[in-house]
Amino acid sequence: MQAFTTLTSTVTPVTDNDINTDQIIPSQYLRDVNADLGYGLFAFLRRTPKNEIKSNFPLEDPRFKGSQILLVGQNFGCGSSREHAVWALQDFGFKCLIGLSFAELFRENCLKNGLLPITLSAESMALLIQKLALNEIPEEISVDLNSCQLIDADGLEILQFKMNENERFMLINGLDDIGLTLKEMGQIRSWEKNTADNKPWLTKSISLNN
Amino acid sequence: MTSKTIFDKIWNNHSVGFRSDGKELLYIDRHVIHELHVPHAFSRLSKSKHQIHRKDLTIIVQDHTVPTREGLELISEHIKITSEHAKNYGLQLIDVHSKEHGIVHVVSPELGLALPGFTLACPDSHASTVGAIGCLAFGCGTSELEHILVTQTMVLNKPKQMRINLTGTLMRGVGAKDIALKIIGLLGVDAGKGYAVEFAGPVIDQMSVEERMTLCNMSIEWSCRTCIIAPDQKTIDWCTNRSQTPTRDHLNEVLKYWETLKSDGNSQFDKEHTIECSNVGPQITWGTDPSQVLDIGALVPSTTATQDQAYAQSIKAMNYMGLSAGQDLRGLNINRVFIGSCSNSRINDLREVAQLVEGKQVASHVKALIVPGSTATKEQAESEGLDIIFKNAGFEWHKSGCSMCAGANGEVGQMGERCVSTSNRNFENRQGRGVRTHLASPQMAAAAALAGHIVDARDFLPAKER
Repeated sequence: MQAFTTLTSTVTPVTDNDINTDQIIPSQYLRDVNADLGYGLFAFLRRTPKNEIKSNFPLEDPRFKGSQILLVGQNFGCGSSREHAVWALQDFGFKCLIGLSFAELFRENCLKNGLLPITLSAESMALLIQKLALNEIPEEISVDLNSCQLIDADGLEILQFKMNENERFMLINGLDDIGLTLKEMGQIRSWEKNTADNKPWLTKSISLNN
Repeated sequence: MTSKTIFDKIWNNHSVGFRSDGKELLYIDRHVIHELHVPHAFSRLSKSKHQIHRKDLTIIVQDHTVPTREGLELISEHIKITSEHAKNYGLQLIDVHSKEHGIVHVVSPELGLALPGFTLACPDSHASTVGAIGCLAFGCGTSELEHILVTQTMVLNKPKQMRINLTGTLMRGVGAKDIALKIIGLLGVDAGKGYAVEFAGPVIDQMSVEERMTLCNMSIEWSCRTCIIAPDQKTIDWCTNRSQTPTRDHLNEVLKYWETLKSDGNSQFDKEHTIECSNVGPQITWGTDPSQVLDIGALVPSTTATQDQAYAQSIKAMNYMGLSAGQDLRGLNINRVFIGSCSNSRINDLREVAQLVEGKQVASHVKALIVPGSTATKEQAESEGLDIIFKNAGFEWHKSGCSMCAGANGEVGQMGERCVSTSNRNFENRQGRGVRTHLASPQMAAAAALAGHIVDARDFLPAKER
């Protein structure tokens, strides 16, 4: 997994509440296993049924071209647990999400794939939006995961954000979740042995041809 | 000794220990995968060179992209790749044509893969359907799937606990789907976030095992990742003779374990709700999330009465659904009816529908399909002659699969069509671009198919029932 330390980019706002993973990547875009998921990102919000670009949707706004930070609302990523939602965001180029809240499974999927989900309080969000709304031409901001700061183009702190220390550590070091668990294989094997001795039926092999 | 909930007991039994980052590792007894996640997960696995730790506890089911229409043999890339991976890795596979085929959440309990007091993981948000039989189940993402393949554990933080007490007696024509939708309507789509939920109370006692599955199936729709119902005699009878139930050599031990699976009398929950169900009518959603729901006959809520944020959402939902505040849904013309999905595709659902539609006709402008949850369910229904009743009434009778619930197999509606569906999600575009989905019970869906518009299913119930 790629390590995340700092990032400087414009901020693309898609701030409706309760945007679900079906909206992030409609299931029609999941059928082709080799598809460019970035193309399917917000497909129905970005394009009309006739496949015309909706130029008023922020992702299609040239001012946000190449943006790597997505600003979202509440409960972003609710619904289906499809991890494709995270991959679609990453394939499109996003590396960081800033929102009021994220659906639990979606947030975990973000962390597992190195997509940084920053949760802000309503006050902090208002502050950030106020800052971003100042200029007609979108300003770049920096996300510093070392210091948990959002910093403006002049190098001044906009705000501090909170991040779980373990999650931050794993993101900064690009640590793989599996690698961390594999260190505990001893514990896992001893649980298996104990269960095999006491409740062997609990982990009895599945055998369809019984 | 401190009192424990059923959730605590199963969790403690499966807690392997803690990782260096303080997160807990939970052992997974049964890992049931479906094909939508296989291509990505296995390509990552092969790159990482990790080994699968317990192939014998892993099984793959092809369900999401399976064509269900009789005679249609279109095979998706996912199905092809999944078959190849299953073969190469030596994993057990329930393929499209196998006799065990069906939707993962229907097949898992049917085969006894899910059992009381076991843990199960599945890369699908509706995994906790099997909480209905006391199986602690978690939906997971693709990376987590890979993690389980390699370590047979999930990395979790122990959730808080909530109990929902369902009191009263259900009215005639009201079932588990109505109660599930009512709960979401009352508590909201966020209410279960961070909680493991136990359902209890007289209404649960009255429900069949299958009805409990419908209730549990909908738990993720209010953000509750896992839920559970303590097994009772009904559950035990239901589970005892399943093909994978390890009762042959260990019957007494297993039964003894199952008996312990209930929350102790003075258990403490972080949150508790009591919902009186006696006055709940048949539910139907009017909006684009499952909490935008009403008792049939009630009016689409007037938006001025709601808070600012909900206001914007209601307006958006109404626009999408082509509805306005104060509208009665009854009489609203429909184009499609879908009876199926892991929410409502079991034999009890099919029997209810058959009872209601026998000798009647689907309205000529409605395309109505019934998709059984598994091949076993399909065969059971056919042995009871239900398929004949459905076909005579003008329903399409399909093979098992997820079908129009997720639309991942291409079975979707057309732009602007209105569909009454027994599935679990009424999101915008879920059943096809621009399709307007109304979630409801199988009876409500069946009655709408006959009438050609939304109705109160109770007006269509056979006179003799109950």
